[in-house]
Amino acid sequence: MGTVATLPHGIETPDANWKLPSRGIVGMVCLIVAESAIFIIFVVAYIFYIGKSLSGPTPHEVLELPIVSTICLLSSSITVHLAGHSLHRDQRRLCSLWLAATVLLGAIFLASTGLEWYKLIYQYGLTVRTNLFGTTFYSLVGLHASHVIVGLFMLSLTLLFSLQGKLTINHSERLEVISLYWHFVDAVWVVVFTVVYLLGR
Amino acid sequence: MATQTPAIETAASSRAHEPGKLILQVIHDWVTTVDHKKIGLMYIGYALIFLLIAGFEALLIRIQLAIPNNTFTSPQTFNRLFTMHGTTMVFFVGMPILFGFGNYLIPLMIGARDMAFPRLNAFSFWISAFGGVLLYFSYIGGSGLYGAGTAPDVGWFAYAPLTARVFSQGHSTDYWTLSVFLSGIGSIGTSLNIVATALCMRCPGMKMSRLPLLVWIYIVMSGIAFVAIGPLTAAQIMLLFDRYLGSHFFDTQAGGSAVLWMHFFWIFGHPEVYVLVLPAFAFANEIIPVFSRKAIFGYPAMVAASVGIGFVSLSVWAHHMFTVGMGPGPNVFFTFSTMVISVPTGIKIFNWLATLWGGKIYYTTAMIFAVAFLFQFLIAGLTGIMLAVSPFDWQLGSSYFVVAHFHYVLVGAIVFMIFSAFYYWYPKITGRMMSEKLGKWHFWLFLIGFHLTFDFMHIPGLLGMPRRIYTYEADRGWALLNMIVSSGAVFQAIATLIFVYNLVNSYFRGLPAGKDPWDAWTLEWSTSSPPPSYNFAVIPEVHSRRPLWDLKHPEDPDSNYE
Repeated sequence: MGTVATLPHGIETPDANWKLPSRGIVGMVCLIVAESAIFIIFVVAYIFYIGKSLSGPTPHEVLELPIVSTICLLSSSITVHLAGHSLHRDQRRLCSLWLAATVLLGAIFLASTGLEWYKLIYQYGLTVRTNLFGTTFYSLVGLHASHVIVGLFMLSLTLLFSLQGKLTINHSERLEVISLYWHFVDAVWVVVFTVVYLLGR
Repeated sequence: MATQTPAIETAASSRAHEPGKLILQVIHDWVTTVDHKKIGLMYIGYALIFLLIAGFEALLIRIQLAIPNNTFTSPQTFNRLFTMHGTTMVFFVGMPILFGFGNYLIPLMIGARDMAFPRLNAFSFWISAFGGVLLYFSYIGGSGLYGAGTAPDVGWFAYAPLTARVFSQGHSTDYWTLSVFLSGIGSIGTSLNIVATALCMRCPGMKMSRLPLLVWIYIVMSGIAFVAIGPLTAAQIMLLFDRYLGSHFFDTQAGGSAVLWMHFFWIFGHPEVYVLVLPAFAFANEIIPVFSRKAIFGYPAMVAASVGIGFVSLSVWAHHMFTVGMGPGPNVFFTFSTMVISVPTGIKIFNWLATLWGGKIYYTTAMIFAVAFLFQFLIAGLTGIMLAVSPFDWQLGSSYFVVAHFHYVLVGAIVFMIFSAFYYWYPKITGRMMSEKLGKWHFWLFLIGFHLTFDFMHIPGLLGMPRRIYTYEADRGWALLNMIVSSGAVFQAIATLIFVYNLVNSYFRGLPAGKDPWDAWTLEWSTSSPPPSYNFAVIPEVHSRRPLWDLKHPEDPDSNYE
């Protein structure tokens, strides 16, 4: 107090006590908020149209609880967290291992969704144009799956760099940003699972 | 005013026409830049071009409506004109110009060297720019110029089921959907950048409680953008699926709901207008204090009110849907919430008035635009409250009363403050002062034109004239009023041309501005005009809300005024 002149700082390095949040984390949180808004609208549309289909297969007839794929996806959140944890302690091989586990679990989830869709389309004849259930189901689950694909792509790249030995403790924060995205994808799945497979049926 | 600090960094203020630089090199420099100042200027320049185009579309609309039973344009062309006018003004004038100012000013105001994500910044600009080009390509795409091409003609809000494949054949609606979709991606990118920059790139000492109000408001505006643009993006994806994959989101034949589109669109659409108006408030928060020679009254209340406006704006959307038949429950709720938003807005108006009160007012061009903004925004808000009352809206919804109300806000508040911002920051951006004489001509002509058009526009609305009609009968009693409304457009057009001339002419012939021509207090005025590419030679450290005040008045620190 009292000292009022706005003196330019003598050195480029800022005051040691001046702490600012991390750009990457703030940016990813903003992206997550924006993406959540998109997802919420698709969820609202799904809920609004529950029971309103005029014809065609109903959720009760065709949907089975995707237990295995859900467990895989939710576990992949744990493994990616462990990957970040190990990188933070400079345990690079362990990080590679956990990253590989994450990618594998995510891939199993995607494959499982693919198999489910194959069955729905060819066995039950449910497509996006069949009825309101088809419309809202494929768009919501598909939107989620596309985000899983993007996340898997980023994680695979990270795994590649890790296997090449290029991922170090200095990249810890960037891995944290990617894991934040992956946790978001998981959280969306929890909502989608609840709305589509529990409430909707 | 205090003595002007002389311009010392003349080398830094040299422009792009350095001798020996080929024009291709200059273009390459601008196309590949990630510098927030250049990107900001590209946003602003781009928006100005579209302002002239969309303004021209408005002129054509007003010519058509000036006399009854006019045949200046066909009904189909008229539909395309008002759709393109609205879509262009919102997405390719309003958003870019406000993001442009934000991009330019925010890093300078917080003592940073650039935005948090410079490449994302460039990407956001170019994808929005592409969106605008795509929208206007619609005039010549498809069936070509015959029949006015395939420009969208479904209104800027593109209601279902008009937009369904069966009712909107050809690709006109797709041009609308895709161009606005791209603009939305750009907007989210820039909003993300603004929040990350304001939170993570502040210079030492700039606590959140010392942040310039402009930066605070841009943070709130970006927060609204995150939550509001998503619904539009989602709805557009749904529309594209309906049109091309045969889905049934808005397909009433299959049990879908057209009202659902309205909900989704207005969940975006209402907060969007707050995204547009908040930066106007931001400019007022910087300009009014400087030309009243007083710190802004009630800084904490201003921050709280802005955040409050942000939250409440997300809860009022269905006041655009009172006539749809939602039932008494929703009608009452949305009437109430729409009225509630006037409380934080009123706080802001009172604080601006309190800033003026007891101050020494300098009536520069920037200031007179800001004063007009205060009056006009107040009136616009009052007609908004009138429309908030749902039974009143049942009579006047979709009439020219609504058109008058929202143009009063969009032009009377937002455009006026944008003009004010130009006159205020032009010296910083170019190192030259704009002509005050031409500025006064611009102001008075535009003011007369604005009031001729939009004051009188309320009356045909009250007399029952609906929106989006391409002509009207002579015996309705609307003819004289429409003629007056159209005549105002001519004044506004001339005033805008004077403004553009002033912008261009002052760049070459304006008086040198120096660092701080207005004797202002925020960090952007501490660097040269125009700023060097690195913004600050040394990153500053601040100790109050008005760092330059402290520098100029070390015996009277700004903390006394907090």
